[in-house]
Formats: sequence, C-alpha cells, structure tokens
Amino acid sequence: MSSRTSPPKHGRGLRPLSIATIAAIPIALVLVFFYAPIEVEEGFLQKIFYLHVPLAIVTLCGFVIGGLLAIVHLRTRDRSWDLRSYVAIHMSLIFGVGTLITGSIWARGSWGHWWVWSEPTLVSFLIIMLLYATYQPLRFAIEDPERQARYASVFAIVAGAFVPMNFLAVRLSSSYLHPRVLGSSSNLPPKMAFTFLISLVAMSLLFATLCSYELTAKRTRMLLKARSRTLGFR
Amino acid sequence: MVLATSIPGSSNNGYVAAAYIVFFAIVLIYVAIMALRLTRVERDLRDLNERAETTGGAAPNETHGAHEAHNLPRERERV
Repeated sequence: MSSRTSPPKHGRGLRPLSIATIAAIPIALVLVFFYAPIEVEEGFLQKIFYLHVPLAIVTLCGFVIGGLLAIVHLRTRDRSWDLRSYVAIHMSLIFGVGTLITGSIWARGSWGHWWVWSEPTLVSFLIIMLLYATYQPLRFAIEDPERQARYASVFAIVAGAFVPMNFLAVRLSSSYLHPRVLGSSSNLPPKMAFTFLISLVAMSLLFATLCSYELTAKRTRMLLKARSRTLGFR
Repeated sequence: MVLATSIPGSSNNGYVAAAYIVFFAIVLIYVAIMALRLTRVERDLRDLNERAETTGGAAPNETHGAHEAHNLPRERERV
C-alpha cells in the first residue's frame, strides 16, 4: 500500500498561538494568586489545584487526541497525521511528568505522603503514564518507516481508548478520597471555577503552542535532510 | 467548599512554590532543548546554502523541498 502525502504547512498560526499563550499564562497566574479565594481546609496549598488539575486534563486529552489523529493516519495513509499523533503523545508525556510531580508535591503537603498507593486516581494515572512510556521504545524499535507509523498508530488508538475507560472506571469506583473537580459533585465557588477555567485555557494553549513548535521543527528538519540528499550532499 | 476569610497557617507555601517552579522549569528546559535543536537546523541550513552556492546547485527552496520531504516513504529517519 502506498503512502499518500499532503504538502506541509510550516508554522502556520504559530505566532498568534504563541502570543495567546504568553498572554494567557500571566493572566491565569494573576487570577490564581490574587483573585481566587483561599480555601479554608487546605489554605494556600489549594493553589496547586489550578496547576495540577489542568495539567492532568490536558495530558489525558492529549493522549486521546493522539489516538484520534492515529485513526486519521490509518484511514488516509498520510504520514503527516502520524507525525501529529506522535507529537501529541510526546507532549502529553512531558505534561504527564509535570502532573505526577505537582501531584506528588500536593499530596505531600495535603496528606503528608508523596504517594498514596490506595488512591485509585493516582495509580490509574501512573498506569496510563507507564503504558505510554512504552510508545517511544516501540516506535523507534521499528526501522521501516511505514511499519513504524502503522504500528505506532495502532498503539495510539488502543491506548487512547484506554484513557477514557480508565477515567470512567476510577469515577465509578467507590473511593472518593481524591477531590472531584468536574461533574455533579463539583462545588467550586464561582471565582474559583472561573480561575480554574482560565488556567485550563492557558494550559491548553501552552500544549497547542508547544505541539505546533515541535511539529514545525520536525518538518523543517525533514525538509532540510530531504533537500540536502537531493543536492547530493549526504 | 468553604472559603477562608484570611490566609490560614502558611506552612505549606513552600509546596505551592515548589509545584509552580517545577512546572515552569520543565517548560523552560523543553524550550531550551527546542532552541538548541533549531540552532542546529539553522546551522545546517546555512551550511547547505553555502555548499549549494559553491557547487552551483540551487539553494534550498521551501516549496520544492516541502514535497521532497513528504515524498520519501522509505526514508529511514526518526520523526
């Protein structure tokens, strides 16, 4: 089966996206530290919530988006979709590491432990991270680029489907020790909810901008290699 | 959720600072790595242009090269 390709779009929309991100992050920080009220039980420590939860949400959404992009790749055989899927998962892994670290810091401050193995939300997130940690070794263990893209896409789809299933399973579990943010049990005051929403938007913009930078850099490098090969330099 | 009228015991401020510092450190490290990689690409591009000029070949062209880069299905390179 031959591979179809589409002309690349180098860095289209990168500048407005970067400007939006650079504007959104300070706004979110100002809201977090000067607008959102202090929660009585956790006090100032609750400010980690505006960082940790958007990070976790964006990470999980990134994994799912990676799976959806992989579906498009398998349907169209256009390798640029595989590249997009790879970048989304790659970036989600980086954000996932941030989620684990900030979550551990919050757990230490709130519960007195860096990690609580009996907490399903933490353990399920760790399982997802460990699952995706095998994505890159799997991908780069395959030499043939066609097979590499195909196998990586299959992995991304299966793992991407696992993410919402895992999320639902944890939701349906009996333990509600971990704070719930979204859904019917959410009881955030309006100021906190607004700050959380802006933090989530800022985090999503950061994710999209970094993905866009990564994609542009990778395409430029591929272009350069192809051009130098055409000119007979390598 | 109950809100406090004043900042309760602030012994946990260090954790908040640590969480935000760790996050921004991760982003900064990533951006620094990206910048290094782009510097390398820039250097390679300059080198390629110079070599193309000395050998009389055409300088790398975005439109032409873009299709070349994407029409290499057997190319063995890591994305």
